[in-house]
Amino acid sequence: MPHERVIRHGRVEPDAWRFVGLDEGEDLQALPHGAIVVPLAVWKARRDALLARLEPLGVWLEPHDEPGEIAADLPRLALVAVRFPKFTDGRGYSTASLLRRRYRYAGELRAFGDIGRDQLFYLARVGFDSYRLPEHRDPEAALAAFGDFSLRYQGSVDDPVPLFRKRAAVEVRHG
Amino acid sequence: MYRYDEHDRKIIAERVAQFRDQTRRFLAGELSEDEFRPLRLQNGLYIQRHAPMYRIAVPYGVLGSRQLRKLAAITRRYDRSYGHFTTRHNLQLNWPRLEDIPDILAELAEVEMHSVQTSGNDVRNITTDHFAGIAADEIADPRPYAEIVRQWASFHPEFAYLPRKFKIAVNASAEDRTVLKLHDIGLELRRNDAGELGFRVHAGGGMGRTPILAEVIRDFVPWRHVLTYCESILRVYNRYGRRDNIWKARIKILVKTLGVEEFRARVEEDWAELQDSQNVITDAEYARVAAHFAPPAYEPPSDDDQAFAYAVASDRAFARWVGRNVHAHKRPGYAAVTLSLKRAGTPPGDITADEMDLVADLADRYGFGEVRVTHEQNLVLPDVRERDLHDLWQRIRGARLATPTVGLVGDIISCPGGDLCSLANAKTLPIAEALLQRFEDLDYQHDVGELDLNISGCMNSCGHHHVGHIGILGVDKNGSEWYQVTIGGRQGREAALGHVIGPSFAAAQMPEVVEKLIATYLEHRVDAERFVDTVERIGIAPFKTRVYGAGKELARAA
Ligand code: SF4
Repeated sequence: MPHERVIRHGRVEPDAWRFVGLDEGEDLQALPHGAIVVPLAVWKARRDALLARLEPLGVWLEPHDEPGEIAADLPRLALVAVRFPKFTDGRGYSTASLLRRRYRYAGELRAFGDIGRDQLFYLARVGFDSYRLPEHRDPEAALAAFGDFSLRYQGSVDDPVPLFRKRAAVEVRHG
Repeated sequence: MYRYDEHDRKIIAERVAQFRDQTRRFLAGELSEDEFRPLRLQNGLYIQRHAPMYRIAVPYGVLGSRQLRKLAAITRRYDRSYGHFTTRHNLQLNWPRLEDIPDILAELAEVEMHSVQTSGNDVRNITTDHFAGIAADEIADPRPYAEIVRQWASFHPEFAYLPRKFKIAVNASAEDRTVLKLHDIGLELRRNDAGELGFRVHAGGGMGRTPILAEVIRDFVPWRHVLTYCESILRVYNRYGRRDNIWKARIKILVKTLGVEEFRARVEEDWAELQDSQNVITDAEYARVAAHFAPPAYEPPSDDDQAFAYAVASDRAFARWVGRNVHAHKRPGYAAVTLSLKRAGTPPGDITADEMDLVADLADRYGFGEVRVTHEQNLVLPDVRERDLHDLWQRIRGARLATPTVGLVGDIISCPGGDLCSLANAKTLPIAEALLQRFEDLDYQHDVGELDLNISGCMNSCGHHHVGHIGILGVDKNGSEWYQVTIGGRQGREAALGHVIGPSFAAAQMPEVVEKLIATYLEHRVDAERFVDTVERIGIAPFKTRVYGAGKELARAA
């Protein structure tokens, strides 16, 4: 699992993180060494033990998980990941938006699961900055997606200033 | 009307390039059907019974003559020289080739049009009053707000994969001509006690299998905050709307399940954080957009309107058309004219390429080059001088655009149904055609008076059958096509859902069933009462008795 490739900050690089709890029947008692990302339930059940490891720690959320449950702990997390079991399930977009805006999470925010090139532009807009695509999808080829649009009508996490405020600014400068 | 600036043009051009690449990858086998489906839906493309079905957006129903000519050219080049106007102001093409869609998108972009988010689980085309900007009962012009909401909703990154489709309507008049309460969000423009403009926000309405009228979520949202309020509603819906069952995925089910209080509390909690959002609309943006909708150069009223009055008095057919298809305008000396797309032999809402060109010419000759699309599937020339009405009427009579039946039983709303739509339970077009033929007698129609007859081919309710005074719904019973009838639905401020009168009927029975419903009304009618008022006064029982008591063949319940 380690050294899978991920897209981080617009580049493809090896993944430093190991995800725990993705496979059914996985032994969650013996947590592996190194940088791990645990599901919310494991985090809630074993918070103290996890923090005592003194190793990089992340939590991953399912679409229905409430990001508010980790709000107070966000400063302790080096990664928050949001799983997309199906790319058509758009809950994770709002999860990201809330983490960034309401809970002011500033660390790495990862999308993983069933995502691909055609989701990246919107995922980046709502605040994700790293992505793990399924193995059959080429991350290098997907990078072009970040340039799909050069303008954005509405403000979102990546750029809270909607186009209309920029239009006004341009007019004032020209006028 | 709104004209793109360089930014709008650039965004649409980038969308065309994006979809061209997605289509290329799909055709090259790099995207699976499952991966491609939501992408093509977000560009208005369904795969249908015979071919792709492609839905072009007409934002809030406003079309320029130049755009209409382009649509005509597109249907000639890529389709079968006709199109179908839907109940949501859009134009549907039934025979395009998937490979051609990127080129069609590019051609649309030339005239500042697109097909973005006309289907899919996203925020759909914003709809409003087809008399926007010209209605005398208008509080303010809804079009600038509709355009601002359109831009905000277009390519919204957070709301492209909602549980289900999402429809927003804007009404700004005393009357409601938008079916506001059957929308996911209904924005009702109003002034508060302090005289400030804002919106009463309704949410959770919808048709479909479980029709529900929207609830008021907030009585007054200042206009500047309407985007952020919609954002909060959509966020609550996106997070908590059901995704496990397509029939329970619309926001109406969420509002019902949570209860309006809890739903409102969640929205307000989110919205409380958005008061300083940059998405709050600025005066400058409102002014910029509103300038596009400034009134055209109307002529001052002249004294030679005698000719119009004389023509009305002396020409009965003209007077009849004026009575039904000509509508009050807030400018003296002007009128709005409905060009009816309801004619025997042609499916409701269908229009040929040649007719599109003709209507574009009429819009230039008898107005300021603008056409409106109504949710009743007709077209409107919004700015006709009264003194030109007789001239216009003579020109369109021969062109089959002057059926004088607006608001009457012949003004049938119908979705394309089983002939074209792969979701259909039953055909709708033969039913509409049979009814149009049965009620061809204009004297009869005018005697019957106002009657909305709406037909949908399945529970998706594209034909708005729930709010028809008479609603007809195609249902499937063991693989054969049947029709369920409701009466007493209505649109407008007093929007109501129709009541099912009983077991469904076979196609061949439908003209007789409708005739019997109308006969019952005529028997019980008091004064100038409309069909739907009579239903409300006497209930559905007399109608039922008449229809089902008539004989075994009609009682043959499925
Ligand atoms: S109501 Fe049903 S049959 Fe008619 S167009 Fe909509 S989905 Fe198709």
